[in-house]
Amino acid sequence: MIFIKNSVTRKNLMAITGLFLSFFLIIHLLGNLQLLLPAAEAQLQYNSYSHLLGGNIVIKLVSYVLYLCILLHSIDAIYLSFKKRRANGTSYSYDRRGRASSWYSRNMMALGIIIFVFLVIHFKDFWYHYKFGELPVDTNGNKDLYTIVVVAFEQLWYVVLYIVAILALGYHLLHGVFSAHRTMGIYHPMYNRIINIVGKSFAVIITIGYIIIPLFLYFNLQS
Amino acid sequence: MKITLKIWRQRDCQSKGEFKEYHLDKVSKDMSFLEMLDTLNIKLIKQGDLPVEFDHDCREGICGQCGVMINGIAHGPLKNTTTCQLHMRSFNDGDTIYVEPFKASAFPIVRDLKVNRSALDHIITSGGYVSVDTGQAPEANSIPVTFEQAEAAFDAAACIGCGACVASCKNSSAALFTSAKISHLAQLPQGDKETSTRVVSMVNQMEEEGFGHCTNTEACEVECPEGISVLNIARMNYEYNRSRLMKK
Repeated sequence: MIFIKNSVTRKNLMAITGLFLSFFLIIHLLGNLQLLLPAAEAQLQYNSYSHLLGGNIVIKLVSYVLYLCILLHSIDAIYLSFKKRRANGTSYSYDRRGRASSWYSRNMMALGIIIFVFLVIHFKDFWYHYKFGELPVDTNGNKDLYTIVVVAFEQLWYVVLYIVAILALGYHLLHGVFSAHRTMGIYHPMYNRIINIVGKSFAVIITIGYIIIPLFLYFNLQS
Repeated sequence: MKITLKIWRQRDCQSKGEFKEYHLDKVSKDMSFLEMLDTLNIKLIKQGDLPVEFDHDCREGICGQCGVMINGIAHGPLKNTTTCQLHMRSFNDGDTIYVEPFKASAFPIVRDLKVNRSALDHIITSGGYVSVDTGQAPEANSIPVTFEQAEAAFDAAACIGCGACVASCKNSSAALFTSAKISHLAQLPQGDKETSTRVVSMVNQMEEEGFGHCTNTEACEVECPEGISVLNIARMNYEYNRSRLMKK
């Protein structure tokens, strides 16, 4: 993959992997919304849901595609930012080019780094813990991931970390979803308008959806 | 008007450049930006200094020669305007104006504000034309083109190749320039025949010249003096992908 030098092809790879990751965000959000149920019900349902995902071969295969997409998306971003640095050469001494575009569209790499760092923490705390850690079991005999999640969100700093990361993700999506479609060649003005609206709405809904969960858990536990 | 200028002076592409400060006292509001630079150069020559080098040709906003960064923006603060069509009435008495050349690896600095934009010519030479046999001009109406189609093609053809898109892009991408030509020709029956080969060779040439990639920030469209649409870039991507996927 590192041998592909053409930036249009590279950007296509970025778009496809990005869209797959965006699609995953919907599924992940829907699953996690179960955390908003009343505590006793949420615990059993969330744990059995996690158990179901863990044991399904199709889900396992999709998860490998997911890991691959995260890797390819990140490697591509690093490659392209080196290419950008080479193409730019010397920088401007007086630069006001920022007036012509949104700050988040110009800082996709920075937003991406925040998301990546968050993902490392997120994977370590939940994914790794669930897969390889020693977990207590609930009354149904499933690993009690629910309690791990709830305990984690008792801490304010952890909730703040999540909100910052989700906001970064939100802005990344605000530009990324529509940009991916452009990259893949949708040039019709009407469909561009539709994709722009749908893409931005998607980013807002995903952001709100993911922010509600840690906030709900934190304030629910406080009360 | 009294104007303070901070102009980028650089001997050649190997040397290190820097801003030099100049003061002009009798600047008329009706002067074009280039006429103001001419006034400065007359003053410099009279003082025995080297004049500021800058590119210009038609001074009517159609040749695309006169691109510089004015106060950090390609072609200055006015939208859809080339540097030569920018007038001093856009500035205020006592203003300090920063003037820098377009900067990108593919645009080596020749001297001061003058850059070598041959890379854009190389992209055009790689496929930005219609291959036709020479001979008598064909009958104009033998290939029907609708009014809407001709207008859409002409919108893309309006690109003057000034390089403001590259200068305004955070990645120094020439995607808007390249795609405007691809889109122009792809929308006409004469040009469409060669679209799939043209798009591949022009995109490859764009890469070879060392331009960056497009991240759809759309800054190029905003700063383009001709208002070339970024949807042309999407069309280029579409044609490129189609060409690669349908390759026999």
